[in-house]
Amino acid sequence: MRKAVLALLAAPLLTGAEAKPVLVPDVSERDIRIVYSFTGADLLLFGAILYPGGKLPDADKPTDIVVVVKGPTQSILVREKEKLGGLIWVNAARLRYRSAPSFYAVASSRPIEKILDDRAQAIYELGLDSLQLSPASSAPAEQQDRFERGLVDLKKRSGLYVEQPGAVEITDNVLYRAKLTIPARVPVGRFTAETFLVRDGHVLAAATRDIEIRKAGFERFVARSAEKWSLAYGLVAVALSVLFGWSAGVIARRF
Amino acid sequence: MDIYLPIANLSVNALVIVLLGGGVGLLSGMFGVGGGFLTTPLLIVYGIPPTVAAASAASQVTGASVSGVFAHFRRDGVDVKMGGVLVAGGLIGSLAGGQIFRLLQASGQIDTVIAIVYVLLLGSIGSMMAKEAIGAIRASRGGTPPRARKRRHHPLVAALPLRTRFYRSGLYISPLAPLLLGFFVGILTILLGVGGGFILVPAMLYLLGMTTQVVVGTSLFQTLFVTAMATMVHATTTKAVDIVLAALLLLGSVAGAQIGARFAAKVKPEYLRLALAVIVLLLAIWIAIGLGWRPSEIYSVELSS
Repeated sequence: MRKAVLALLAAPLLTGAEAKPVLVPDVSERDIRIVYSFTGADLLLFGAILYPGGKLPDADKPTDIVVVVKGPTQSILVREKEKLGGLIWVNAARLRYRSAPSFYAVASSRPIEKILDDRAQAIYELGLDSLQLSPASSAPAEQQDRFERGLVDLKKRSGLYVEQPGAVEITDNVLYRAKLTIPARVPVGRFTAETFLVRDGHVLAAATRDIEIRKAGFERFVARSAEKWSLAYGLVAVALSVLFGWSAGVIARRF
Repeated sequence: MDIYLPIANLSVNALVIVLLGGGVGLLSGMFGVGGGFLTTPLLIVYGIPPTVAAASAASQVTGASVSGVFAHFRRDGVDVKMGGVLVAGGLIGSLAGGQIFRLLQASGQIDTVIAIVYVLLLGSIGSMMAKEAIGAIRASRGGTPPRARKRRHHPLVAALPLRTRFYRSGLYISPLAPLLLGFFVGILTILLGVGGGFILVPAMLYLLGMTTQVVVGTSLFQTLFVTAMATMVHATTTKAVDIVLAALLLLGSVAGAQIGARFAAKVKPEYLRLALAVIVLLLAIWIAIGLGWRPSEIYSVELSS
């Protein structure tokens, strides 16, 4: 959220006083409820680009859109396994990250490295290589890089970090749309969907929408009970096990 | 059929979990082991977070042992006095285990320690059981009349004071021996996320020298109470008990346990012991290979406060 605000503030600085296009973004769902049948959600990010005076840009400088969906940040500890004495693999080095996004998906109309330089990518945190994970460590840069690659690779393979170059469709330079999939194993909380309008290597406009992902109904009740009334929850779990076992015994005796 | 697990925070195929519970339940009814030593690793392989897997597997073992205990009670196969002493030791042990678990978790070596303890325990118990069972099978096949097994308790057990009679077990020994055994198994219940039956059964046979007929029932009796305690410990400390996951596992395992218990009554006990020994040894080898093999994931992530 804070970064999105920074992005909004930074946008005019990059473009100067020239009249700039405006983004009108939206998302298909602002409030995603997790119920028993939840297996993930398809999120549609779409919107329109309003040009000053209704003038479409020149064809030789195409407009690009980058959309980013971020989950709540987490403080995490990454451990690295190492072979000990040529025999067994054990956890050795570790590195703490204060604010790694729990979910990060980026989609763009063209590969990001083709539309923005490294510096701009880093400023707006666009792309998995430009994530700012704020490692809490004074470890050598080489080790930090290694850990970051390991972490991103792990998250990528579990579908929590996603890069989809070319997934944003732009129609007639005005309407854009992108579909991103949110997997079932995301944590609940406030997600942000950021949209960036890029032309000629500059971010011209940015806009943010919040998405709330939360448990509802029975799932919410269970999660809350486990947290708030843990003793009763444990007793119910034990009672349930005994009941299941006992009734199976009774049923089995009938046959 | 996909279903969302509210504590594990992911969706799983309900049928796979029920079948997993069923398979483990079958073994638990047959051999008198809780089956946690299989459930927990299998759930982790399926993608359930390790803490949730261990915490929820404990309640599945509770359910599986209830139906097992009932089945054995009807066959008069439970020594309640012996079981009570074991449970008392187990409850103290599970509290001590909780402390050890926390220390190891903070150092990041919990997985390695668990794997090494598994290999050592399963390896030694498995080979001991296999040796004994093969001997018994040879004796009965060779036509020699199966000599009555010399029920002898370990000299150390005999040396302990305050002897008392355990009628159903056919023993006159100090209650300190089963108390210590229960304590030790209680630590393992928390540490390994297992019921401990696979250690308890051979220990009752070879250390205490209990009558074979009550070993399985009494072991299940102890498992029932100690895993219930473990569920409570997890529910109040790690808050990782997923009741939906537990219910799915229970559905399969209680049915499996009934079938297993009936099957066990028809098969010669030495063949059962050999089968259990083979499973235990295979698991030990599997874990030992896993320790030395390059792991598929070099990096692991955990939430930190």
